[in-house]
Amino acid sequence: MRLASSVKPGTAKTEQIILFRVSGQLFAVSSASVQEVRGADSMSGAAVEISAPGIRKVQQVVRRGDRSLFIVNGAMHFGLHAAEGTLIFVLRKTRTALLIDGIEKMTTMTRLQALPQSFCHEERQWYRGLTALDQSVVPVVSPEGFLSPEELNLLDAALLQADTNAAGEIEETNSAQ
Amino acid sequence: MTVATEIELQSFVLLRLGERRFAVSAKQIAELVAPSRVFRFPHKTPKLEGVILRRGRIVPVCDVSEILLGKRLTSRRFYLIAVRNYGTQREWVAVPVTGECELINVEMMSASESDAPHVAGWLSHDGDVIEVLNLDTLTPGPAHPLTESAVLHTAEVHS
Repeated sequence: MRLASSVKPGTAKTEQIILFRVSGQLFAVSSASVQEVRGADSMSGAAVEISAPGIRKVQQVVRRGDRSLFIVNGAMHFGLHAAEGTLIFVLRKTRTALLIDGIEKMTTMTRLQALPQSFCHEERQWYRGLTALDQSVVPVVSPEGFLSPEELNLLDAALLQADTNAAGEIEETNSAQ
Repeated sequence: MTVATEIELQSFVLLRLGERRFAVSAKQIAELVAPSRVFRFPHKTPKLEGVILRRGRIVPVCDVSEILLGKRLTSRRFYLIAVRNYGTQREWVAVPVTGECELINVEMMSASESDAPHVAGWLSHDGDVIEVLNLDTLTPGPAHPLTESAVLHTAEVHS
């Protein structure tokens, strides 16, 4: 009986990964996907509140020039118990800054196995696949999987609305003066 | 004069879930293994508990007892590792079972239209009529995202 190979083609080479925790659960992310690691406090200082309908996992946004980074609460994204995040991963080539509990370690992944087809819901967007490390199995997150294009549209709309409201308030203050 | 009747015997693995027995085509069975550590991680697919590591392969664990019995298994003795079809692709899936399994050769009666989708057919063994499971519809996958509406069906009829 021949089974389909569940190893993704071209994954024989090793890949540096960062193991991190969200609400006690271990995850991995490619270190190449992480642009910066920041303390949550230092990042939150520059963040402004945002509220988009149906997207509770994003409550803050950071402006960087003409770019906005949405801070995604990792625990809420994965449906885990709320935990106070202490670190933020700014994910490369995305508009996501991921709030996590902490970094476990950096290591090397030699094999990325595709997520079994039985997993057929949102997790297919969340994960690139699974990897076996030290007789354990760790999901490898997909940086693009934290915010869907629809969610980004809603967040952009909420951001625009917040900007409009702020501009209105400034205008009112100036008129009053 | 003798009339030769052609009986097509097929191999099935009998498995036990709680007090009931079910059958799966032997062609679909890879192996029967002792329970090992289940690795859990966040996901949204119902009935999937997590994954086990088996011979370097990551195998999802799918508990079908709630669909077939209406309740979750309190004890499990083995994982029956079966081959699940996803279109042209095949993957292993581990199904927790409560007792030892048995290989039998019998003739299968085809399922009727009134049978639940997870019924591939019926077979008679030891005075019992036993449901043959269609794992492709019983376990979740992209073509058949498992819903809570899966029918609880009477499987074993004692004669």
